[in-house]
Amino acid sequence: MIAPAMAFFVVFAIIPLAVAVYLSFTQWDAISDPTFVGLANWTSVLGDPVTIRSLWLTLQIIVVSWLVQTPISILLGAWTAGQQRNRAVLGAVFFLPLIFSSAAIAIAFKAILDPNFGLSASLGLPFLKQDWLGNQQLVLYVVIFIIAWQFVPFHTLLYQGGVRQIPASLYEAASIDGAGRVQQFFRITLPQLRYTVVTSSTLMVVGSLTYFDVIFVLTGGVPSNGTKILPILMYVTGFSANEFGPASVMAMILVVIGLVLALLLTKLSGFTKMTSQQEGA
Amino acid sequence: MTHSTPSIRRTLRRTAVAAGLVAALFGVSACSSGSGAATGGATLWGLTGADEDNVLTPSLKDWNADNDDAQVKATYFQNDAYKTKIRTAVGAGSAPTIIYSWAGGTLDSYVKAGKVEDLTSDTEDIKGKFLESVWDQGVVDGKTYAVPMNATTPIMFYWNKDVLDKAGVDEPKTWDDVLAAVPKLKKAGVAPFAVAGASKWPLLMWEEYLVDRVAGPEAFNKVMAGEKDAWSDPGIIKANEMIQELVDAGGFVDGFSSVTADSNADIALLYTGKAAMMLQGAWVVPTITQQAPKFAENGLGYGTFPSVEGGKGDPSNIVGNPSGYFSISSAASEDQQEAAKEYLTEGVFDDGYVDRMVESGQVPPIKDIDDKVQASGGDFGATVYDLTKNAENFQMSWDQALPPAQATALLSNLDQLFSGAIDAEEFSDAMNKTIGK
Repeated sequence: MIAPAMAFFVVFAIIPLAVAVYLSFTQWDAISDPTFVGLANWTSVLGDPVTIRSLWLTLQIIVVSWLVQTPISILLGAWTAGQQRNRAVLGAVFFLPLIFSSAAIAIAFKAILDPNFGLSASLGLPFLKQDWLGNQQLVLYVVIFIIAWQFVPFHTLLYQGGVRQIPASLYEAASIDGAGRVQQFFRITLPQLRYTVVTSSTLMVVGSLTYFDVIFVLTGGVPSNGTKILPILMYVTGFSANEFGPASVMAMILVVIGLVLALLLTKLSGFTKMTSQQEGA
Repeated sequence: MTHSTPSIRRTLRRTAVAAGLVAALFGVSACSSGSGAATGGATLWGLTGADEDNVLTPSLKDWNADNDDAQVKATYFQNDAYKTKIRTAVGAGSAPTIIYSWAGGTLDSYVKAGKVEDLTSDTEDIKGKFLESVWDQGVVDGKTYAVPMNATTPIMFYWNKDVLDKAGVDEPKTWDDVLAAVPKLKKAGVAPFAVAGASKWPLLMWEEYLVDRVAGPEAFNKVMAGEKDAWSDPGIIKANEMIQELVDAGGFVDGFSSVTADSNADIALLYTGKAAMMLQGAWVVPTITQQAPKFAENGLGYGTFPSVEGGKGDPSNIVGNPSGYFSISSAASEDQQEAAKEYLTEGVFDDGYVDRMVESGQVPPIKDIDDKVQASGGDFGATVYDLTKNAENFQMSWDQALPPAQATALLSNLDQLFSGAIDAEEFSDAMNKTIGK
């Protein structure tokens, strides 16, 4: 059973990774033959303030995205888990952004936020008249908002499933003991959801780390490198500047950080010791 | 033991299926590599848009009908997608027979790696019909590796006549006029200049013209020659200070760093009257004509970049794209190369080719076609042709002329210069570090 999976994994993951490791020690412009340069790419990339800045931006996106998306997703997930019809209908509506393509979302938001022809200009709403994508202080948060808009539905779905798995008997016992809805949420729903939180957070953190498409279409890294997160810097270095050596170094940095974060999250959350919390299982 | 035999057989079968799949994948990628050696004819990769619609498709239709022995088969790509695809294909030896490029740094790297053919002797006879400044871009170290294949598109200075009239401003002829016009236009409630800052390369047009007007072509020639600290030329620093002065005076439209060129938002600012003037390539005029035909006919003014008092650059100098170029891949078979050479010397820029271009408002880089351009290319075509023909110096856009690594750094630093994150000195320091990359 494992052979086909292994074959695909080797061809599409291990071999490219090995080639990237090799390229990170060479100078290569995709035209002539690679020349070995030792650690030169590594020292130049790690010593470049632009790399440090993009790492810092990436970190901000990871942390703020998690802080924004997790509470909203848990609350929406718990709410849509109810069986009432209006919740089912609204749940379906909330789900919509998830089925749009990232490029379409980015193009749509770019048009809406355009300072000259966007929503503020066409509706004449002065409080919306901001240079949302051109203001260095603002643009990162605008990007984080759009990412949240796109991905909250997915995490809501995870939490909805998680909440629906919690046995009704727990809530019945709690209401007999006189616990209100708020108490039930904090004493039963949240603790029961902790493995879902781990899954959702891992996806969120590792996903934010390699986030690319919406930001690339929306801003391409401008203004003033204000949204040039590491994956975009890597793309520009590789495919615009044709410096595949330094770009491979950046790819390796992303791989290492991604692995470390994923391992840390599973370790800290006791993923390996996970057992069912439910009766009879 | 009886039940393990089928399971072994199953495993074997699965392994075989997996191996087959992997083989199929490699097979697919092998088939998709571009040279298409099996067919014999030459292959060509070009760009979608005007090149495909008005130039190459009709030309190849005629060519292939008349030349059974030199068939050319074209595939077209969108601009940005082409840039990455062609580089990988050339590097891997699976390039099409006829390679499109913008010459400059990319062509240099092809030549250095021995990826394109020397066309010097094959093109000796046709060389004379091209404008010299345009032809020379395809020459590397005295040998011709690329021949012009499409319109010449210098960067032009555009204005909205109505907006300027209403604000009581004449179109600027000098940099002082530009600075004097800014407060008047702002008072009239319009942005003086539209510029697509989010796309970054439109910012470069300002840099190219101002450096040329202030310091002449020599300043950038030093950069191209890789001279140490070439970016610290006093002319370049002066030009960058002028740019920041214009930004600080509110010369560019509010939020210009989120305006993109690929959505034509900068053009829309001009024809909707939200902005008074714009610096852009000659290639935007067909788009303006399409989106705002009335404005294109009556409201659009155009000319060359204003002069700078006391500057060293000749005001007839222009910058922009001299042309697009075709080279022939060294990886192609001999038959393919022969077919390609025939097409490049006899098919490209034959009479029909030139006529179709002129009729669609494009300006071919060909000598002595003033009458044709005047007759069917209209005033804009004639202006572009005259500017190109009479230019003391035609500077290729810096992002094409420089090697890709330096060009990318240049655009990134310009974005920071225009947004005020760095000043003129810091710009020069950052760019000096890229010399020789």
